[in-house]
Amino acid sequence: MAAVMRLVNRSILSSAMGQKYVAYSSSAKAGVRAGQALPEKVKIVEVGPRDGLQNEKTMVSTETKIHLIDMLSATGLPVIEATSFVSPKWVPQMADQVEVMKGIGRKPGVSYPVLTPNLKGFQAALKAGASEVAIFGAASELFSKKNINCSVDESLQRFDEVMKAAKEAGVPVRGYVSCVLGCPYEGKVAPEKVAHVAKRLYSMGCYEISLGDTTGVGTPGSMSEMLEAVSKEVPVNALAVHCHDTYGQALANILVALQMGISVVDASVAGLGGCPYAKGASGNVATEDVVYMLHGLGIQTGVDLSKLMDAGAYICRTLNRKTSSKVALATCKL
Amino acid sequence: MGNVPSTVKHCLSYEQLIQDYPWLKRWLLEEKTITGHEYPEFVKIVEVGPRDGLQNEKEIVPTGVKIQLIDMLSGTGLPVIEATSFVSSKWVPQMADHTDVLRGIQRAPHVRYPVLTPNMQGFQDAVAAGATEVAVFGSASETFSKKNINCSIDESMLRFEEVINTAKEQQIPVRGYVSCALGCPHEGHIEPSKVSEVAKRLYEMGCYEISLGDTIGVGTPGSMLKMLQSVMKEVPAHALAVHCHDTYGQALPNILTALQMGVCVVDSAVAGLGGCPYAQGSSGNVSTEDVLYMLHGMGIETGVNLAKVIEVGDFICNALRRKTNSKVAQARGRTL
Repeated sequence: MAAVMRLVNRSILSSAMGQKYVAYSSSAKAGVRAGQALPEKVKIVEVGPRDGLQNEKTMVSTETKIHLIDMLSATGLPVIEATSFVSPKWVPQMADQVEVMKGIGRKPGVSYPVLTPNLKGFQAALKAGASEVAIFGAASELFSKKNINCSVDESLQRFDEVMKAAKEAGVPVRGYVSCVLGCPYEGKVAPEKVAHVAKRLYSMGCYEISLGDTTGVGTPGSMSEMLEAVSKEVPVNALAVHCHDTYGQALANILVALQMGISVVDASVAGLGGCPYAKGASGNVATEDVVYMLHGLGIQTGVDLSKLMDAGAYICRTLNRKTSSKVALATCKL
Repeated sequence: MGNVPSTVKHCLSYEQLIQDYPWLKRWLLEEKTITGHEYPEFVKIVEVGPRDGLQNEKEIVPTGVKIQLIDMLSGTGLPVIEATSFVSSKWVPQMADHTDVLRGIQRAPHVRYPVLTPNMQGFQDAVAAGATEVAVFGSASETFSKKNINCSIDESMLRFEEVINTAKEQQIPVRGYVSCALGCPHEGHIEPSKVSEVAKRLYEMGCYEISLGDTIGVGTPGSMLKMLQSVMKEVPAHALAVHCHDTYGQALPNILTALQMGVCVVDSAVAGLGGCPYAQGSSGNVSTEDVLYMLHGMGIETGVNLAKVIEVGDFICNALRRKTNSKVAQARGRTL
């Protein structure tokens, strides 16, 4: 009976996620399950210059930011989140948003999305030459109120005007959902709430929804539970995971996400960006460590790991900090 | 699916099942492990901090501190704590006090305290000091074997055979380690078949469990999968353990992969003690705290109290005047 149940479980999963991934027969040993079809390619969305630097204490010069992005452009990364059009009052690190946007060398085939929290930010972004934007929703009411001073529904309504303007301008919009595996204020977050917010963003017109474990508390258990709920509402090929490594769980969580059909992963070079909710702890997962794992799995990313490590080494020297990437740490000392 | 009757096979279309049994859908969806993967319900953690961890720490730790470390670990629920190593103090000065440590610790009931015994001399000393379980170390890499213990793999197996046979006579269980299971600092790539060959030998000689070590942490879920597929042809999953190093940050996904393959024993070190002798300044052993956090988050039982392990980690890091390698300990220590 257990064998029957296992087969049915897998059937439910593959039908929920489309027929892209092969279901295995129940006579398959555990070994085959562990080797369950992984995506052939994974798109890495590099968030170091925005999410990373935004959470670094040291103020970084415009020239450094531009040089970092240019170095990242040469690594093969397909998407590099360049800056954020928020008010410099809230995020001083991103005050030079226009200069950065205008200063970087745009590599053909590479996308440079920017954050636009409202219509004003969107218009400024467009003027500065942005051709892709991103908006942010939270899966936790308390987090939304504390972070952007309004409820989740109110925040999504604000984004309505951004979505409308973006559609008219033919600019694609990526949606972020934060606190998908836990909230620093509320604690546990219901997977259904995450699914609800993700669905809203998707039906509003976001082409991709990045699910963020903002405090890094998630584990493969909560990750799979959450993805199970979300993939009922949003097709899995429109989903991405944005894992924080605060509790060391990021790569394990990413692996589980891949096994569930996710093929877009956010990461930050050198693991830039600490955690504002656990002082001294790490935040974003390091792009180098993600790429190392993916390449070890035979998954293509298009990224040159050694060039990526060069970019990481550069920004760490400039910030006068140690890298948070274990691959970088290990490789340069062998 | 060979033994499944044809009537059941017929029923195995999802739609058919749900039509016949509408309650089934809700029951299935409420199951914890509905990710297409199964995980063991219980994972045995083998704590190697006091031996493998301290062995790779630069500072020589006083005997009293080692004993206190082990005694504190004994109070956390850990079922196995590798206490020390009966190697020559010429080679491993950190373990010179092996007899004093083994005699000094308070042995908690239901906890096992294996010790390393590389040869007969070590084994005899261990037994004289009160050891009730021992471990031997083989390598999947010839070069590593020669550089590490100054003999070929075959020669080392002969040495271990002697130990294992004597241990059998005295009813002392022996655990076998295979190092360089996913890569060698000298040879680079290691063929999975070599790992299974060594694992098989140790298992057939009488080791009750084989711990497969990613000695330099270069493995990824890809190489872990291939290696385990090969080894599991020779050694049953229930007799296997994984000993992952976190030098490249891959330990937890590698452990996850092993669990998905049916392995249910994981080696780890409190506070991630023990650097990597092959990548100076890098980390070595995966942190027990981080492993526990993952397992408990997945609903897997370990019998271990994470909060107590974090306390032990704090203690030993203070004593060593070093920062913890555990991300969980770092996060918990500073959460606002």
